[in-house]
Amino acid sequence: MLELALFSLLNGLVFGMLLFMLSSGLTLIFGMMGVLNFAHASFYMLGAYFAYTLGASVDFWPALLLAPLLVGGLGALVERFGLRRVHRFGHVAELIFTFGVAILVEEVVQLVWGRPAKSYEAPAVLDFALFRLADNAFPAYKGFMLLVAVGIFLFLFGVFTRTRAGLIIQASLTHPGMVAMLGHNVPRVFMVVFGVGSALAGLAGVIAGPVLGTFPGMAQVLGSIVFVVVVIGGLGSLTGAFIASLAIGVIQTSAVALDLSLGTTAASLGLPVDGGGALQDLWRVTIAQVAPMLPYLLLVLVLIVRPTGLFGTRET
Amino acid sequence: MLDVRDLHAFYGKSHILHGVTLRVDEGEIVSLLGRNGVGRSTTIRAIMGDVRAEGSVRFRGEEICGLPPYAIARKGLGYVPENRDIFPTLTVRQNLLLGMKHARRPGRWTIDDMFRLFPNLGQRADKPGGVLSGGEQQMLTICRTLMGDPHLIMIDEPTEGLAPLLVQQVAGLLTTIAERGVSILLVEQKLTIALTISRRLYVMGHGRVVFEGAPGDLQGNDGVRKEWLEV
Repeated sequence: MLELALFSLLNGLVFGMLLFMLSSGLTLIFGMMGVLNFAHASFYMLGAYFAYTLGASVDFWPALLLAPLLVGGLGALVERFGLRRVHRFGHVAELIFTFGVAILVEEVVQLVWGRPAKSYEAPAVLDFALFRLADNAFPAYKGFMLLVAVGIFLFLFGVFTRTRAGLIIQASLTHPGMVAMLGHNVPRVFMVVFGVGSALAGLAGVIAGPVLGTFPGMAQVLGSIVFVVVVIGGLGSLTGAFIASLAIGVIQTSAVALDLSLGTTAASLGLPVDGGGALQDLWRVTIAQVAPMLPYLLLVLVLIVRPTGLFGTRET
Repeated sequence: MLDVRDLHAFYGKSHILHGVTLRVDEGEIVSLLGRNGVGRSTTIRAIMGDVRAEGSVRFRGEEICGLPPYAIARKGLGYVPENRDIFPTLTVRQNLLLGMKHARRPGRWTIDDMFRLFPNLGQRADKPGGVLSGGEQQMLTICRTLMGDPHLIMIDEPTEGLAPLLVQQVAGLLTTIAERGVSILLVEQKLTIALTISRRLYVMGHGRVVFEGAPGDLQGNDGVRKEWLEV
């Protein structure tokens, strides 16, 4: 029971950090530019596919560096030549544009790489068990994922809070107009933030591809969860995104591991259980089956109690 | 130094400025007066490129109308907004640092200069901008724009909501700035400091300039004062 809890927690943390890699970029982009980027998860998918393709010619490790750079460059181009032009038509136009980009990327991926999932494997050197508890092994690759995510965050946190560029970005989050009037090239700052956010999403794809699967639907699968995380954490808040990511990561992972249903819980508490009757299905549904719904239930709850999200300043 | 001719400005379809003409010469403090809503703030925002404008705005010989705000700021035009726009999560020192256009090339003003002029700001150097009082934020926002080493600074109602003592401090700061060679275009509603420190002034009404002259001319002209300035 203890190993189950520990493994659930660890797996939850890994998933949570992955979610944070995706949600941090998304929440920053929303905070600065007011754009809800539907194509964000598409950059995640491109990261995985680029790494898979690059991995055929170069090794996993150069691909780990190159793929996010390629995705980031693509993101910057999308901002510079797409989003920036659409900006003057308003937020709805921007949303539709990013939605279009998302659909486009999904179709192009299928055209280039085909529909079946790709066997994008973790590098052999990381294919061992980091430690074992009872019968379960915690793969070293997951430890690696955690390490990369934490490392990236410490680096970004340092840049954000201690460099002049980071200060400019912080100020542009609240007063982009004033930052421009002080002489800083705010449009270029937007492009850089969009590019870095996309590169982060791509990096998440590079390291998650082997674990979560590399297939054309991968953007859709994670896309909505990332939105839930960002809304719960509060649009524009990095702290909120961090806490919400870890919370949802742990909740989702733990729930899937819990094969409990209302019926078995009631029985173990000694309460009478009616095997037949109209509500019998409800008794038999397990938490594991309900797990995918949990983030959305939490979302509805948070929106009812606190519409700006946990740390947000704008109404969602 | 600043030569504005026939400036029209628009908020969407609303035509706010109807051909504003004014100029600020080197070393001058010029005030832009008028009641609320006549277009004083809009004028300086249009000069700064923040509002859609048509007409001619020449700064130090170059036509700048139509350029984006950051490009205009880089030409040496400074702007201090009415609501101060302090970066609340950044410290006083960090706010001032962001005023500088180049991290390594300081201009006429250094951060130590600012702290010497305002020991209060120095004491709060590492406190977040959001916790400063109104008067301190006003000093900070003017100093922050100065850190960008502008040749001409446009300031929108710096004394609004300030106690008389602080109003005098602002007047003192503006005079000091002008003595160091920075020209000033001051938008004000209160006549007090505008009349004492300006060399020339303009009065606006209904989106146009309706009077131009020296402070003495305005003081002697009851008609203009009654029609365009007093409530």
